Amino acid sequence: MSDSLLAVHDLKVHFPVGGGLFGARAFVKAVDGVSFDIRRGSTFGIVGESGSGKSTTALAVMRLVPITAGQVHLGAADIGALQGEALRRERRRFQMVFQDPYASLNPRKRAGDAVLDALNLMEVGAPAERPAQAERLFTQTGLKAEQMQLFPHQFSGGQRQRIVLARALAARPELVVCDEPVSALDVAIQAQMLNLMLKLQREFGLTYLFISHDLGVVRHMCDEVAVMYLGRIVEQASRESLFERPLHPYTRALWSAAPSFDPGARSRAHRIRLQGDPPSPRNIPPGCRFAGRCPHAQDACRSAEPELRAVGPEHWVACHRVDDAGEARYG
Amino acid sequence: MSLLAVEDLSVEFRTRRGVARVLDRVSLGIERGQTLGVVGESGCGKSVTALAMLRLIASPPGRITGGRVHFDGRDLLALSEDEMRQVRGNRVSMIFQEPMTSLNPAYTVGDQIAESVRLHQGLTRREAIERAAQMLDAVSIPDPARRVHEYPHQFSGGMRQRVMIAMALACQPDLLVADEPTTALDVTVQAQIFDLISELREKTGTAVMLITHDMGAVAEMTDRVAVMYAGHVVESAAVADVLREPLHPYTRGLIACAPGARTVAPGQLLDEIPGTVPSLVERGAGCLFAERCAHVQPRCRAELPPHSEPAPGRTVMCWLHTQ
Repeated sequence: MSDSLLAVHDLKVHFPVGGGLFGARAFVKAVDGVSFDIRRGSTFGIVGESGSGKSTTALAVMRLVPITAGQVHLGAADIGALQGEALRRERRRFQMVFQDPYASLNPRKRAGDAVLDALNLMEVGAPAERPAQAERLFTQTGLKAEQMQLFPHQFSGGQRQRIVLARALAARPELVVCDEPVSALDVAIQAQMLNLMLKLQREFGLTYLFISHDLGVVRHMCDEVAVMYLGRIVEQASRESLFERPLHPYTRALWSAAPSFDPGARSRAHRIRLQGDPPSPRNIPPGCRFAGRCPHAQDACRSAEPELRAVGPEHWVACHRVDDAGEARYG
Repeated sequence: MSLLAVEDLSVEFRTRRGVARVLDRVSLGIERGQTLGVVGESGCGKSVTALAMLRLIASPPGRITGGRVHFDGRDLLALSEDEMRQVRGNRVSMIFQEPMTSLNPAYTVGDQIAESVRLHQGLTRREAIERAAQMLDAVSIPDPARRVHEYPHQFSGGMRQRVMIAMALACQPDLLVADEPTTALDVTVQAQIFDLISELREKTGTAVMLITHDMGAVAEMTDRVAVMYAGHVVESAAVADVLREPLHPYTRGLIACAPGARTVAPGQLLDEIPGTVPSLVERGAGCLFAERCAHVQPRCRAELPPHSEPAPGRTVMCWLHTQ
């Protein structure tokens, strides 16, 4: 892909669980072989439900959880392999915004200092210029310079998320990893935040890795979207292709489960019903991971795991029941 | 006669910064078998309305300062505490957002469902456990005879919410109040729970009051909607009417700013409601939405608009829509 900024190849994150002195060690395969590229200046979305591995993927890219296997490249830098000071130096190029703005700010640190600390730590510009730089970041994220003296509890949730964004942008990163950045916010505040993120992307030429469970938000924000299920990407495509022509049965179920605003077409009758909950990533079934809940599963689906393969321009799917021309051979 | 008619319900809370008027003359109604959506942002008073209706507001700091709650011909605010207990859980049930915190981890789910039917319907323990198993079956929990003896931690989030629904419906209430029942759940599980509530409603004729921040859920689940803002019902009408032609600027904003509503193309800026929700402690004289409203006139800042009825069955609280 041309001008790729982030390249993730066959990423695996396995967490050991259980296993005492004599017990057998088991692994939670939170992320189990995920590959994708993000073009510079674009927004790449990952959607999925709890336990799909979308947040763990984000954390692995940020080097905040140990990577079991696979490569993560940011431009030419092999950020998946860097250690110590070299990793710290490189960190200014990729920053993160977390879901909960209440938990990601130090309650005893003034808002301005939170941003200033980031500038100092990453040694951005000359020390004397940093306070002015922090002030500029405050106004760029829609806050007022006089609010720099306040503590986090004196801000609303939306304002706190702006502080978090200002802090993330302090190092002038190329990639911003956003894990459910608006999920904790009310819908009106959510719109303000999404608009701010779009404006900042244009202004700073940012690239976003955008994790969300909210299909409306993802459809609005992302140029390319991957759907994850139990640690794997089951479908990936450009926004248009994925939302207009979802191919994987799980993607279709996910789309049809989202509440529709159209009162004329109440979707309950057309809804694809999924039975049960996703299986535990501790003991992943053989074959297709979705087969147990899939209304179209056949015997082949339960024995061989489908690979993610191209079925059209900018469209990849991992399903035995979709043919190479991108036609769904079911229902 | 409506099953439930809330009239001019007002609630205040004492806070360190002064008295907050959390509900200000809230009126809404639900017919038998109908579903009403109550929608609004955090702090708009939607949950407090439900709690105040059932007299579950902690006092102090909270206080119901006025209004009436007619339920099936009786004013709930005038009942004794004993009479009220006969209404709660029996005639009106409630389910909450976080099923794990509403279930007791030390008792089996069967015991917890059985408790309410034994209390309200005088069944024996054995009969009550049988009834609990039937209810688990009714909410599509597989193997109910075995699972009735299991503890909440043995159930997934979606299953726990099913247990809550089973518990709430065990006494066949006339009204189910569901306060953000799916907010903590995944979207495919949310769809299962919504389907379940709709099916049970069709089967039993239970009316539903769905409290949510999600306009999409309202569009999908409810017949009528009441939009709340800063302790007022600013608009109420049939859902189809509100979605087709929202009258109050806040309702319009709420629909337009949701990315799922797709009123703007992807990647373009969404419509915003500027600013934030006002303080409930220092209320001005005028409309509480005035500072965020694109259509604000001098009158809006000076005087609180009345509830007008631009069409039968439709109310709106806005100076733009008063004759």
